[in-house]
Amino acid sequence: MDLAAGVIANGVLMGAVYGLIAFGLTIIFGVMRVVNFAHGEMVVIGMYVGYLLWAAFDGPPLAAVLPAAALLFAIGYLLQFHLVQHFLARPAHVQFILFIALALVITGAHLVVFGPNPRGIFSFASFEVYEVAGLRLDAVRTQAAAAALLIVVLLWVFLRASRLGRAIRAAADNRTGAAVVGIRIRHVYAVTAGIGMACAGAAGALVAPLFDTQPFLAPEFTLIAFITVILGGIGSLPGALLGGLLIGVAEAAAALVLPPSMKSVVSYGLLILVMLARPQGIIGSPEGAR
Amino acid sequence: MIRISRRAALAGAGAALAAPATIRAQSAPVKVGVILPTSGVLAVPGQASRRGIDLAARMLAEAGGPRLEIHHADTASRSENGRVAAERLIREGCTVLIGAWDSGTTISAAQAAEAARVPLMVNIASAPQVTEQGFSMVFRNFTPANQLITNAVERIRELGQIVGEMPRTAVLLHVNDTFGTAIAQAVAALWTRLGIPIQIVETLSYAVTARDLSAEVARAKATNAELLMPVTRVNDAILIVREMVRQDYVPKAIIGPGSPGPYEKAFTDAVGRFGDEYMVCVPWHNPRNPRTPAVLQRFAREYPNERFELNVGFSFEAVEIVADAVRRAGSGDPAAIHAALRTTDIADHIMYGGPIRFDEKGQNPNIGGVMLQNQGQEPKVVGPSAIAEARAIYPLTPFRNRR
Repeated sequence: MDLAAGVIANGVLMGAVYGLIAFGLTIIFGVMRVVNFAHGEMVVIGMYVGYLLWAAFDGPPLAAVLPAAALLFAIGYLLQFHLVQHFLARPAHVQFILFIALALVITGAHLVVFGPNPRGIFSFASFEVYEVAGLRLDAVRTQAAAAALLIVVLLWVFLRASRLGRAIRAAADNRTGAAVVGIRIRHVYAVTAGIGMACAGAAGALVAPLFDTQPFLAPEFTLIAFITVILGGIGSLPGALLGGLLIGVAEAAAALVLPPSMKSVVSYGLLILVMLARPQGIIGSPEGAR
Repeated sequence: MIRISRRAALAGAGAALAAPATIRAQSAPVKVGVILPTSGVLAVPGQASRRGIDLAARMLAEAGGPRLEIHHADTASRSENGRVAAERLIREGCTVLIGAWDSGTTISAAQAAEAARVPLMVNIASAPQVTEQGFSMVFRNFTPANQLITNAVERIRELGQIVGEMPRTAVLLHVNDTFGTAIAQAVAALWTRLGIPIQIVETLSYAVTARDLSAEVARAKATNAELLMPVTRVNDAILIVREMVRQDYVPKAIIGPGSPGPYEKAFTDAVGRFGDEYMVCVPWHNPRNPRTPAVLQRFAREYPNERFELNVGFSFEAVEIVADAVRRAGSGDPAAIHAALRTTDIADHIMYGGPIRFDEKGQNPNIGGVMLQNQGQEPKVVGPSAIAEARAIYPLTPFRNRR
């Protein structure tokens, strides 16, 4: 029982971080109908920020979240404003090629700057655990999950309650209508891309102490984000979080009862089931599935 | 049989100093194609192997050995690229190949080498199939999985005698790639037959792409086995130790049979003192060989931030073997090099074991295995006793006492 509870708890914690990674992807798609195939590369940039700040100042991993998010926000804003904007009206396959190209450029740049060797954060803090009701919860995972949940909640409140958040939602609902009432669409789109990539950057900084940073991690993160988003519902913000938690728990549970090497099969199996039974995702809208 | 004298070997290339004038004076160097995963997920050992190749080539050139021109090809850590890389190198005029670090890639490259009748000197790859598929062009100076396990059992038995105690139960936790599966199969086939009194209570495999091994480590811990036997790459070895610390999992010993990872610098840098006392049974350089210190010092001078580990050592030795064959062949003709490789007999070499010779399948059966234990964040040879650098620490010091 202890074994099961501990493993499932870890699954929940990882799921929250998956949720944050997916949140960035889904917000960009939900507003602009653009699929960011370079999302994993943005996560890896965040990981390198986390690693570099730790290497320079030996601070706690959480301290890197804001700088990573700020840097990725700037990158996202500028990319959208000056590059992706010109591709919004282009066919989906052209957008796909654009983001694949971006992903390759970023991975190549990582290789040139940092080399292929994994960069691990080694600090005693990364070995700490919290003992809760007999469960040993990894401190870094717990902090990462808590920070991920906090970021998701803050963003949700921002989108609901702030003027800019409402503008973003308006632009997502009806671009022409939003433009008619004076919303600067290009600026709103750039802010949205900035937020989406900031989520990826923050998630990267949060997972840097868990996974050694190296350029080739990016496709895995992109894949996780896609599975999560499709499970939860494309374009749905709560869906991203739900999808992340589902994958985290499903993989953990699978590792308990199946040979552990089979655990990723469960995520993909879940994905196929959801796509068959509910193409729009568990809490997505039918529009997202299209 | 031609034997290489210690004096000749001392120059860093065994055969180099005795090279005939015809080869030294030849106008065109022999092109040696090197196939390695220098990018992608296997880039760390691939780059380490490349350092061994380059160092040996430089030391050979300085010692006046046969002129070799090294051509590198990167497989990007994709097995299917082995064949593509080999074909490219052969088109570039390479008449002998070295590579390819992992078993899948090596088998892929061997097909191209076989078709072109160009010898392939395998630096690292342990799957039995490499020399069991009937390839006539393949020569392997690395231990196949069965031999890795046989050596490991011998070392574990010896460890038991040294520390006066043997763990009674074990859990095998292995990566599910070609290498990890081959090792697991070898354990299943040989463990009981070799008569070691350690019962394997559970075998757990995990995906090579796994980034979270918390569940796997929790399941291993739940077995209460006294010995954890991880078969890993370097990144997963790091993940396993981190999880063990977090879950306060302290078996009596951690011994990786034939496993890479813990001796690599990336590992000791990542887990620090928590990686101490982790043991692995692997082929390794012989610290007592008189040539070893000079090679290690030269390596440390040229690569001050890297470690001379087995990837470096066996790649270094692969170049020495090829140079020896080229010297004896007297030409760069692939058939002549192939014939010379068949009669290789190098007694003095830095990797622990007997003379380098190849059997009818192209396998060197004389490679030894040592027990390494990380101590002070450096791998130390703790067995066999004749070449040991340090005494084994057993049982494992609890992680909480290392903070």
